[in-house]
Amino acid sequence: MTLEPGRPRPEPTPETKHFWEGAKDGKLLLQRCGDTGKAYFPPRPFSPYTGTRNVEVFEASGRGTLHSYVIHHRPVPGFKPPYAIAVVELEEGPRMMTNIIDCPQTPEALVLDMPLEVAFVPMDDSISLPLFRPSKGA
Amino acid sequence: MTIKPGEIAIVGAAETTKLGAIPDMAQIMLHADAALNAMADAGLKPSDIDGVACVGQMMPQQVAHYLGITPKWVDGTGVGGCSFMLHVRHAAAAIHAGYAKTILITHGESGKSRINPIPRPPEPQSLNGQFEAPFGPMGPPTLFPIPVLRYMKKFGVTHEQMAMVAVVQREWAAKNPRAAFKDPITVADVLNSKMIAYPFRLLQCCLVTDGGGALILTSSERAKDFPSKPCYILGSGESVETTMVSQMEDFTSSRAFRVAGPEAFRSAGIKHSDVDHLMIYDAFAHLPMYGLEDLGFVGRGEAKDFIWEGNTRPGAKLPLNTNGGGLSYTHTGMYGMFALQESVRQVRGTAAAQVPGVKTSVAHGVGGMFSASGTVILSNQQP
Repeated sequence: MTLEPGRPRPEPTPETKHFWEGAKDGKLLLQRCGDTGKAYFPPRPFSPYTGTRNVEVFEASGRGTLHSYVIHHRPVPGFKPPYAIAVVELEEGPRMMTNIIDCPQTPEALVLDMPLEVAFVPMDDSISLPLFRPSKGA
Repeated sequence: MTIKPGEIAIVGAAETTKLGAIPDMAQIMLHADAALNAMADAGLKPSDIDGVACVGQMMPQQVAHYLGITPKWVDGTGVGGCSFMLHVRHAAAAIHAGYAKTILITHGESGKSRINPIPRPPEPQSLNGQFEAPFGPMGPPTLFPIPVLRYMKKFGVTHEQMAMVAVVQREWAAKNPRAAFKDPITVADVLNSKMIAYPFRLLQCCLVTDGGGALILTSSERAKDFPSKPCYILGSGESVETTMVSQMEDFTSSRAFRVAGPEAFRSAGIKHSDVDHLMIYDAFAHLPMYGLEDLGFVGRGEAKDFIWEGNTRPGAKLPLNTNGGGLSYTHTGMYGMFALQESVRQVRGTAAAQVPGVKTSVAHGVGGMFSASGTVILSNQQP
């Protein structure tokens, strides 16, 4: 799939660079707190649970479930309405905003808690967005 | 010594002369128009004011200079539409501490006409810019309702029950000559209105208007010398959670609400049964439900039945959003000031849809998309 031109492009910072480099390589990178072992998102070089700087980057499974969404019906540059703005709950715990691809953008097709898997779609040479599609096994 | 319930009072309160479409005023003039009306209400001149609070970077100095005020205390806290609840709380603390004696809080927003507004783009390097903006949100109508389907699934809320919030608020708006929308609506009207961002339709989204409001606070000792009936601040609370709605701890409850609300009740020393009147900032139809539950007026998941059964309607036991709310009265972009104004009117006994015998009112605000919260409890009785 290709993205329509006009989407807002994320600009990585030193704290998030690894995430976007991973995305470019087709990897969904999360971080884990060294004290609690719990995963977190969005990226930062310390744990939001305990404040420890002892954290590690790891590759997530890319599996999750549909936590909630809206289906936007108004025109926005880079998008063809109606389109869903969704939040996926990753298998590792954290949630992230995304779009659901390969799926009708309807309440009937978008069922809460349906299994999803990540699909990276390039915006340009350096940025790929982590979008999600219904799991193949589902 | 800690601040006591009723130690500080609101002695001046007013909205802009006009509400709705005000194409002949820039944003700064909306602040000033409301401020001049509030000063007239309190019988004060700009030279009587020694503290100024308003939302945003560089705004206190703009407003103070425009009005000719030399403040010795300022607050530019800007956490979204509930900032004014925080300003009231911070101003009360400042007066208690002796930092200022007479504080003016202003709001003005050219939300509809967009004459010199504050720009609000998500910067592409911000966390919102990196991890939400690329997925197509376009302002609050696409972001605020993101948690709603999860809330509806968890508590079995129907689309009809969610629509009822707008229907009941229109009943209140019908009693208010200044409300933007006054014609009665039904659940079917709500569910047949234009789809904006499923599950929400046009009548479940707030208005976009021009307008403003201002409040003047002083110590309750001095309040007795003012022309209007003092409106005592019994307690308050504040909190923030995240600017990213996708990162809310729980999509069915606001952590910021659960901190601000109980702290306001604790500091006021009152129980829910003491509350005669309630304002819950309703940028969108789900907010009164979250507010009723997170502030403890009803249990988790009970708001849908509470509203459906008519408990917040005119004449019922818990009058809620009696000006018509952000859905029907007005919404400039930062509605918290208007929720406070209605609470002041109700405890003064001067509201358009006056609830008989109001002593105590709670004004609860939200900022951003569940990003911040402020709660203020007002009364016409000093404890």
